[in-house]
Amino acid sequence: MSGLNAIPVVVAERDPDPADWGNALPVLHEVRHGLRRLAEAGETTVIDLHAMPFGPGDEARLLAILGQGEVDAHIKALGPSHVWETAFPGVWLVEHRNTEDERLTLHIEISSVPEILRSQREDIVDAIARLDARLGPDAGITRPSPTTA
Amino acid sequence: MASSKTLGESLREQGVSRRGFLKFCAATASMMALPPSMAPAIAAALEKARRPSVIWLSFQECTGCTESLTRSFAPTVEDLILDVISLDYHHTLQAAAGHQAEAAREQAMKENHGEYLLVVDGSLPGPDMNPGYSTIAGISNYQMLMEAVAGAKAVVAMGTCAAFGGLPMANPNPTGAVSVMDVVKDKPVINVPGCPPLPMVISGVLAQYLVFGKLPELDEYHRPMAFFGQSIHDRCYRRPFYDKGLFAETFDDEGAQKGWCLYRLGCKGPSTYNACATMRWNSGTSWPVESGHPCLGCSEPKFWDAGSFYSPLSTPLPGAGPVVVAAGAAGVVAGGALAAMANKAKAAGVAQRQPVKIEELEAKLEETP
Repeated sequence: MSGLNAIPVVVAERDPDPADWGNALPVLHEVRHGLRRLAEAGETTVIDLHAMPFGPGDEARLLAILGQGEVDAHIKALGPSHVWETAFPGVWLVEHRNTEDERLTLHIEISSVPEILRSQREDIVDAIARLDARLGPDAGITRPSPTTA
Repeated sequence: MASSKTLGESLREQGVSRRGFLKFCAATASMMALPPSMAPAIAAALEKARRPSVIWLSFQECTGCTESLTRSFAPTVEDLILDVISLDYHHTLQAAAGHQAEAAREQAMKENHGEYLLVVDGSLPGPDMNPGYSTIAGISNYQMLMEAVAGAKAVVAMGTCAAFGGLPMANPNPTGAVSVMDVVKDKPVINVPGCPPLPMVISGVLAQYLVFGKLPELDEYHRPMAFFGQSIHDRCYRRPFYDKGLFAETFDDEGAQKGWCLYRLGCKGPSTYNACATMRWNSGTSWPVESGHPCLGCSEPKFWDAGSFYSPLSTPLPGAGPVVVAAGAAGVVAGGALAAMANKAKAAGVAQRQPVKIEELEAKLEETP
């Protein structure tokens, strides 16, 4: 047996403090400009983090600085989506994943409520029709009428 | 076949909510390198879009481009193929084989004449070459391409081989390979180079055609500006190190470990236009430079013949390549010169080598407590 076999195999731990490639700071400035536009003109800003030339750790650093706020929402529509407010009210993170749980997009949305959380107008109109169908005479549910009440 | 239903109608029939549709559109905008604020416009366009017929021809290629397409994840390839496009002919993905496959191609071409999108991967032997180098069902690549081009609305040359000739066209180009652009002159050609192209770029180009119903803005090499408009170097997260003059000199020195610029290790990022630096590979996990390897420049014309992958861009090309492969005395002389250079490099390497004997290593081990 060679003494080389005694060399221990060491698996390096992932660096808990990711390297700072300096790409998070400009995004934070963009977020600040967006917040100001929201406060003064009610204008929504969306930043696509997929389009950023991030180095390894840049995204983690940015998300760590933005932190976690009071709202944390999950959506099930064509795969899971996760929406959470950051520690800075008005600054939201919207992550869409596909049915195979792979990330499709990661957006910073600067608005009072992210668009994806709102019920869509066409769906609301459809909901009236669907509810009417449930309440219709063939649905087996009798509506209370003024004479029987 | 191209469907008479709009995409909005078919998605609704499948029970996809508008919230799901909005999410799909947000992913599509990101995939097309458009600002997220374009999502509502994309939703409006996709709502009315009809599935176009797509015919995909594979010539002198390695199927890497199809491998890449089947890994496009936004939308999933199932969404892309079944909901967004109608893929009527593709050797690798279709169930039909032999005569039935060719009949499907001919039927799709007839029924969608003037409307279908023709996707080609791989280069093809030039019209004057021996067609025997590459045939399908006994039909030469050139003949099959020209027949399909006649009824196509546009041609997408998928991958570097179709766009620029790629590996088959590299010196000494034994099959006389040519690119699609070399032989198709009367129809719009969109080049989507890369070896292979990024999956997101493949589906992004197809989605862009679907959403806007027209061809994207192209650069001088017929590449869509949305994906090939900026150089790897300009979008590289290691760019600040280039600006500071901090370079890795070998693959294991301090610079390499600290993630400095890979220019001196042969990175072709400054002369390469592609979207790897932002879209990345393997579902956005990483890309070559992030894993410590210089960009090879695979989306540029003649990248196989542009000198060593590991020589800096500033290194002059040897220029001896074509001479070496040519027969005759000149080739022998140049070949001899190259061999002498290689021997010199080898001798220098041997002189610098610091061999380690196993006894020394074991002695070191014994020293360690």
